[in-house]
Amino acid sequence: MTLTEKTDLKPLRSPKRESGVDVASLWDRYGILAVLLLLVALMSVIAPNFLSVNNGLNVARAVSINAILAAGMTLVILTGGIDLSVGSVVALTGVSSVLLWTAGAPAIVAVVGGMLVGAITGLINGTLVAYLGLPSFIITLGALTYIRGFSYSLTDAQPLIASDLGYRGLGNGAVAGIPTPVVIMLLVYVILWFVLERTSFGRHIYAIGGNREAARLAGIKVKWTLVRVYLIMGVCAGLAGVIFSARVESGQPKAGEGYELDAIAAVVLGGTALAGGRGRIYGTLVGALIIGVLSNGLVLMNVPFFYQLIVKGAVIVLAVGIDGLKNLKRT
Amino acid sequence: MTPPLLRMTGVSKRFGGAKALDDVHLDLRAGEVHALMGENGAGKSTLMKILSGVYTPDAGTIEINGQVTTIQNPRDALAQGIAIIHQELNTVPEMTIAENLSLGHEPTRHGVLDRKEMRRSAREKLDRIGVDISVDVPLGRLSVGMQQLVEIARAVAENAKILVLDEPTASLSQNEAERLFTLVDEMRARGMALAYISHRMEEVWRLSDRITVLRDGKWVSTTAREDVTPAQVVNHMVGRDVNNLYVHENRSAGEVVLAVSELGNGRDVGPMNLEVRAGEVVSLVGLVGAGRTELARMIFGADRAKSGQVSIDGTPISVRSPRDAIRHRIGLLPESRKEQALFLDMSIRDNTVMSSMDNYGTGGILNLRAIRDAVEREVAALRVRSTSISQNVSGLSGGNQQKVVLSRWILVQPKVLILDEPTRGVDIGAKQEIYRIINDLTLQGMAILMISSDLPEALGISDRVLVVRNGLIAKEISRAEATEQNVMMYATGVAADEHRIKEERTETPIAGEKKR
Repeated sequence: MTLTEKTDLKPLRSPKRESGVDVASLWDRYGILAVLLLLVALMSVIAPNFLSVNNGLNVARAVSINAILAAGMTLVILTGGIDLSVGSVVALTGVSSVLLWTAGAPAIVAVVGGMLVGAITGLINGTLVAYLGLPSFIITLGALTYIRGFSYSLTDAQPLIASDLGYRGLGNGAVAGIPTPVVIMLLVYVILWFVLERTSFGRHIYAIGGNREAARLAGIKVKWTLVRVYLIMGVCAGLAGVIFSARVESGQPKAGEGYELDAIAAVVLGGTALAGGRGRIYGTLVGALIIGVLSNGLVLMNVPFFYQLIVKGAVIVLAVGIDGLKNLKRT
Repeated sequence: MTPPLLRMTGVSKRFGGAKALDDVHLDLRAGEVHALMGENGAGKSTLMKILSGVYTPDAGTIEINGQVTTIQNPRDALAQGIAIIHQELNTVPEMTIAENLSLGHEPTRHGVLDRKEMRRSAREKLDRIGVDISVDVPLGRLSVGMQQLVEIARAVAENAKILVLDEPTASLSQNEAERLFTLVDEMRARGMALAYISHRMEEVWRLSDRITVLRDGKWVSTTAREDVTPAQVVNHMVGRDVNNLYVHENRSAGEVVLAVSELGNGRDVGPMNLEVRAGEVVSLVGLVGAGRTELARMIFGADRAKSGQVSIDGTPISVRSPRDAIRHRIGLLPESRKEQALFLDMSIRDNTVMSSMDNYGTGGILNLRAIRDAVEREVAALRVRSTSISQNVSGLSGGNQQKVVLSRWILVQPKVLILDEPTRGVDIGAKQEIYRIINDLTLQGMAILMISSDLPEALGISDRVLVVRNGLIAKEISRAEATEQNVMMYATGVAADEHRIKEERTETPIAGEKKR
């Protein structure tokens, strides 16, 4: 019996981590940003008047509401859940704020009140999901319907016009030349980025989405963390609803229909896994921007609305498809 | 001379920049059990995946009965009579045995599924390997061992000539393993060639005719079993001497830290009593399914106890959740690290600090610098091999992953650390390092309660062992008196408790007098 070779023992190394894989992790991290830049470059060439400061601000303003929803949605999806009710919450909170204003409340009370309504919806969703252990899909699907019902019943299904809305600056104003909704959106992202990366709560969100049983055995308060995540989602939706009502200077009970799908699309485009535990909030912002740039460019090119829908849908399927293939290779 | 049934020569395979296999050769003869040994990452599974068509080799040839052949995919492999029983089983748990056994080639009559024929042929397949369970049971209800037998029945029915068993006993109970060994003997007698991957020296010695050792993707040796000793094989695997694998040094037991009295789940586990002192390792040994993990989970609050009391330092505590347990400075390293401990998409840093984040920062805002310092200190102390602490744990070897979980608990600074199969799926070099770590923890005064199904390991590093049988503690044996024989006697119930009367302190109920 002979040993054919005498290798000195090198530290055990996993075969995956070698040169070349860095490109993959770079792509994983910044690939979505590259896609956005490519899209911007493409639109600059083919869409008239696309590349201008004004149009840039327009795009940003247009995406801000979806981006704020998507920011909260990122947290929910990171836990492995989903919130389908956010579109209805946008309507209910907008309506609530306008109602408060027309009832004579000061602007600040109207704004905070609307966000509070959003928080309550989130609290209800979160409590049901966490403590009853029911699937978030079902709980929030129900909420989508009953919350819409509330916003209709509060308004008799009629829009509440408030031409002198005290907080309309939230939708139409600007801070140092930047539209206020965009400033709010950026603030939301900075705060939630901080929460996810620099707080124990944020790390627990990833942990719960990645491996719920391991999270429990590591001593994490799983249920309470989930409640807080849906609460934050509710507040984000409330914020989006208030901004929406400020922009249209009215309470629209029909507002926000289908917004949940746009928000989910932005999150998934941004590389967050629907299964939970993996993703980045900055990716969501880029994802929302991609959707915004695409719509804006198509409008500028005078592409008919129906075709816009087809292109947007196809892009989402493509992006998620590429991500799915990537994951297939990983396993 | 007739050529071997299978010959693989010069097989190489790269993944990215890393060579997983480098010029490896292996031959299998009809009617032999050929053990394939090596540390994790040595290339055993890669080689077998090439054989079964999951991977295609970059270089090398495969001959079957002397004929050069190519295996491009699993279908080719099956056509050549090669079947593999994976660690993870490829079955549908919700479907019945009969349905699983006809998966992909369901019998039909006039285009309609022929259930009668399906059940009949399944019965026949099970009978061929002497398994007498109903074919109508959903597969998921069977133990892993039984599921494995069903897989083997499928392979035998497909007239496999070459069968690869990849760590088949990893999650089997003693009885199930015995059954498997009998079946392996029968298949050998029938002239099949079996490649047998295992980390357990005992069973390799019992079953194999020849042993091939791989290390770092290279072939090291192929020898007839009677020409080597287990120690030599281990030396080939690690490339160095591993004397004194088990570490038991400078122990001195202090006060009782953990006391468990009459703890039970009201069904099949308990009531049990035990004590663990500061600075000692106490092992729960016994057969798989005896109730050891259940006991550990109740102490830690992962499952609710129906009765009994847990005390720390003489003070009774109430543990309703793992969080409560951690607050009382009890830690649990669970038996299955991927399912119950690790966050595979997260970094070493996050995995390590996950249970002690409250200590690093104020108001939930983390002090990243303090975390980095603490994690880097632990990672260095435990010798976790990694590029940086921001690396994902999914890319680490089993041993290094286990060290990450250990370091998580060390940061919690528990008084009591429960280790459930701490070296399962860990290669031998890392095992020794884990024994060293455990010994160091006892020197710091930690009380360690370990569950191990690796008997030599339990006897090697423990100060006392508690034999658990049928949900009850059947016997306490001191380090000096414990042997594999007497432990197994109590674990299997061959020896009852005539000695128990002498143990006036432990009011252990008689094994077998289990309450329902």
